[in-house]
Amino acid sequence: MNTVVLLACTGLGLGALYFLVASGLSLIFGLMDVLNFAHGALLSIGAYAAWWAATDGGMGFWLAVPFGTAVGTAASVLLELALIRPLYSRPRDQILATVGVGLALPALIMGIWGADARPFPQPEALSGTVRLLGATVPVNRFVLMAAALIVLVLLRLFLAKTRYGLIVRAGVEDRAMVTALGIDVRKAFTLVFAIGGAAASLGGALAGLYFGSINPGQGTGLLIFAFVVVVMGGMGSVTGAAVASVGVGLVQQFANYYTAAGLGDLSVVVLLAVLLLVKPRGLTGRLA
Amino acid sequence: MTTLLAVRDLRVVIDGLHILHGVDLDVAATGVTALLGRNGAGKTTTVKAVMGLVPRTGSLVFDGADIGRLPTHLVVRHGIGYAPEDRGIFAGLTVAENLRLAERDGTPAYDLVFELFPELKQRHRQAAGTLSGGQQQMVAIARTLLNGNRLIIADEPTKGLAPKIVTEVADVLARAAETVPVLLVEQNLALVRRVAGQCAVLADGRTAHQGDARELLADEDAARRLLGVGSHRPTAAPEVTP
Repeated sequence: MNTVVLLACTGLGLGALYFLVASGLSLIFGLMDVLNFAHGALLSIGAYAAWWAATDGGMGFWLAVPFGTAVGTAASVLLELALIRPLYSRPRDQILATVGVGLALPALIMGIWGADARPFPQPEALSGTVRLLGATVPVNRFVLMAAALIVLVLLRLFLAKTRYGLIVRAGVEDRAMVTALGIDVRKAFTLVFAIGGAAASLGGALAGLYFGSINPGQGTGLLIFAFVVVVMGGMGSVTGAAVASVGVGLVQQFANYYTAAGLGDLSVVVLLAVLLLVKPRGLTGRLA
Repeated sequence: MTTLLAVRDLRVVIDGLHILHGVDLDVAATGVTALLGRNGAGKTTTVKAVMGLVPRTGSLVFDGADIGRLPTHLVVRHGIGYAPEDRGIFAGLTVAENLRLAERDGTPAYDLVFELFPELKQRHRQAAGTLSGGQQQMVAIARTLLNGNRLIIADEPTKGLAPKIVTEVADVLARAAETVPVLLVEQNLALVRRVAGQCAVLADGRTAHQGDARELLADEDAARRLLGVGSHRPTAAPEVTP
């Protein structure tokens, strides 16, 4: 029982991390048809910016996380304005550009701070454990779950209650028709990139907490599973991404523990294949 | 006839395919101007090109302003409302959200919209995707009436609708045209005869004829040659009460 609880909490923490990356990825693809392969790099930017702020920058953890998130958000907006926007009529070049950024940024980080993992400073309050149903669970698992839950609620409120949320939901269905109502949909593109970048870089900062250390390839490693989550949840669906994140995180943890290490990662891909066979359009019935 | 929208030598090339080879079109400043032609003549592409939804070359002058190089959202902000062929309804959004999305200024004309379409008020919270075809068309037309548009472009608004609903849509178009000029793409010639003043006929991506709509439809030879139908056979078109 102890093990099951611990595995569940760890899986949910991992799922929370996937959600932070996948939610933005899903919105960006749903609205703009852009597969953002640079999304993992945004996570790495958030992670290293938060790490730098907490160590060299001399900020405490509680300032370092928002700092990392802000830097990642700014980088994401810059990416959209400088690279994605000029290539809107050339989707193939767009993908190549994001792949390029996704390779170049981790390489740049590696060049500056080296390829080795850097220990991420753990604040006193979050480094302990709590007893839950007989199991000893690290507190940081719950921090990730809480952060993902808050992001999910905020995203849903944004989509449901604001004009730009309305534009995003409509744009996911039919972008051309949104412009035919007199709306400059490009502003929504930049906003969605900002939101996606913020969530991913927050995920980066919290990934340092979850794994205890950060390394340049972390973002790209997480991105693969985030793509799986996006396809499972249905492109453009935030709620679908949340459900799929939980599923992927749990399956991965349990399979890795109860079978051979590494089989968990494989089982996620099998899960994706099975889901696509049964429900080709993903969990939410949107185009996958 | 005063011209509100003057289209000259409009050409559209998509994926190397020449769809329009030079369309000329004058939309009258009052009443309904009908855009006619057989299937595949380029009617829908013409209105899409006016809206900037497909890459186009040529001259588009709307009330003295050159809109030929503007992106779609700026064309719309010149005061052009567009109800596309497939209705362009956001299925996952409610009726109220579909309408709210179309609001462009501080004073959307909900009074007018709900007077014309009382049903939309009752179905405010219903997902637009669950509406009938006729109701969806009402949403599409309502969106063009919300703002103080100076021109409404409706692309086959009666396509696939039951005869009774066709009559309703025709009533609304006739009513709207009393205050706002309308460019109407339509295959239903009975409806055209009822509401249209001027008309233009396209054939193979070019303008084949421009003139008075009723005169054209009364001229059997010309109607058969340009539209492929004998206008003496109104039974071919759904019934419209005069």
